[in-house]
Amino acid sequence: MAVIQVERKPLTFAERTYIPQIVGGLRTTLKHLFRKPLTLEYPEQRPVIPVGYRGVPTLVKDPNGREKCVSCQLCEFVCPPKAIRITPGEIPADSTNAHVEKAPQAFDIDMLRCIYCGLCQEVCPEEAIWLQNQFSMSGYTRAEMVNNKAKLYELGGTLPDSHFKWDKKKSAEEHGNAH
Amino acid sequence: MFDFYFEIPHWIRLVVQGLAVMLVMFPIAAACSMAERKIAAWIQDRPGPNRTIAPILAWVPGIGFLQRLGLFQLAADGGKFAFKEDAVPGHVNKLYFIAAPIIAMIPALTTVVAVPFGAYIDSAGKLVPIVLANVDLGILVVFAVSSLGVYAVILAGWASNSKFPFLGGIRASAQLISYELSMTLSVLPVFLWTNGPLATDAPGSFTGSLSLARVVEFQSQAGFWGGAWFIFLMPLSAFIFLVALFAETNRQPFDTVESEADLVNSFGSEYGAFKWSLFYVAEYAHMLIGSAIFMLLFFGGWNPLPWITLSDVAHFLGFAHLPIVTGIVGIGIFVGKVLAMIFFFMWVRWTLPRFRYDQVMAIGWKKLLPLAIANLVAYTIGIALL
Repeated sequence: MAVIQVERKPLTFAERTYIPQIVGGLRTTLKHLFRKPLTLEYPEQRPVIPVGYRGVPTLVKDPNGREKCVSCQLCEFVCPPKAIRITPGEIPADSTNAHVEKAPQAFDIDMLRCIYCGLCQEVCPEEAIWLQNQFSMSGYTRAEMVNNKAKLYELGGTLPDSHFKWDKKKSAEEHGNAH
Repeated sequence: MFDFYFEIPHWIRLVVQGLAVMLVMFPIAAACSMAERKIAAWIQDRPGPNRTIAPILAWVPGIGFLQRLGLFQLAADGGKFAFKEDAVPGHVNKLYFIAAPIIAMIPALTTVVAVPFGAYIDSAGKLVPIVLANVDLGILVVFAVSSLGVYAVILAGWASNSKFPFLGGIRASAQLISYELSMTLSVLPVFLWTNGPLATDAPGSFTGSLSLARVVEFQSQAGFWGGAWFIFLMPLSAFIFLVALFAETNRQPFDTVESEADLVNSFGSEYGAFKWSLFYVAEYAHMLIGSAIFMLLFFGGWNPLPWITLSDVAHFLGFAHLPIVTGIVGIGIFVGKVLAMIFFFMWVRWTLPRFRYDQVMAIGWKKLLPLAIANLVAYTIGIALL
């Protein structure tokens, strides 16, 4: 590799007095003095959450209000820190969703264990668990930091997906049109 | 209207005046710490402390403005110091450890007696300076007393009985002594000027004075040369004085005394709570007095603009016959200038990094001192030839 000798110019008298540099610095800081602050005043002003942000894991419903989770327990299985605990349950035969067969009886995510890796979202065959844009979790006790099923649905809300997988499956069964 | 005031004994009047000045100066020195934080924040594109408010005051309309300025943060911080446990470490020399912050406060608040901070026009049409003690010693009192502040630093460093405070105390004393020389030499031309051939007093009636009020009088004379502030007549003196002032008050870029990074707050390391805050109030009080001296010597004191004096303004606006109005306007102009100077201190602090300690010494002894001596010699010859 060629060595390039860079000529180091001796400092001029003005540079050695250091005063032009000080004046330049003062001009820069004065400019910043009158600039609008770049900070957010947090609890009142919230940051813009970018698309694809991985916040607190939540459970979602489909546009018909049916809970999408079928308690297959894949997420519980894949969860590296074992933060998810699911108690599977049957859907009663008289329910409109009886054709889905199963739903979680209880679904707890321990946010003190969760590492926000998103594997549960990735593994879910029903697209029922989503890491959404809530980034701030706090509580006074350990119990408060465990999100139960009601809390998870409250945080998750409804996602506008148009698969209606189980409805299609039911109509295919009824009309003899296996897809 | 105020005759009753002049009928009470003289010594009570002096005590009242002294207390009044101190009651103004102490809060300003304390408020400077908040100003420091706000200016730091604004320069760094932050809003700074802006949330604290006393709940019983929150309903007052328009109080949000003061809240945004951090005024209640200041009160909370100050109040906190009064209630904190004031621990004295077991390994210190208790007497000197407790004496040091007190010794820091005394010169800081004493120097103000010789500093004039305004003027009024008496019934004879003469401009009378407002000052606690208008002694002829003037600047000498200020220099002599304010340099006693170094004892507090040395004492604190030594009494703390641990190595970083001790190092800090040594550094501080060396720095303060080094820059005091240049500082004193830099103001000598000003006093040569005011006592030299340009002194317009009747021959024989004037025997020389180092009074600061006289320096301001000199900057408020008629004519082009009479009305010129000394910053225009002696820019080099002003520059040397300013640099030495930064070093004397331990401000950036000469903040080698505190040097958070390498000396852990130096002589303040072992101090906490109220005693620690006293050091900082003393530092800001030194800054206030230093800025006041700088404004008096080089920026015309209570005169609003160069070549426009306070009495010009008073006559133009027609309150020259009201000594109280003239006095308040004069004090207002002067305090405004001093606060602008304090802002400059803070502005520089958040602009420049700190000099290394050997650089501080090299600047002080090898650059500033010869420059100050050359400046003095040049002005001495110049004034002698006038």
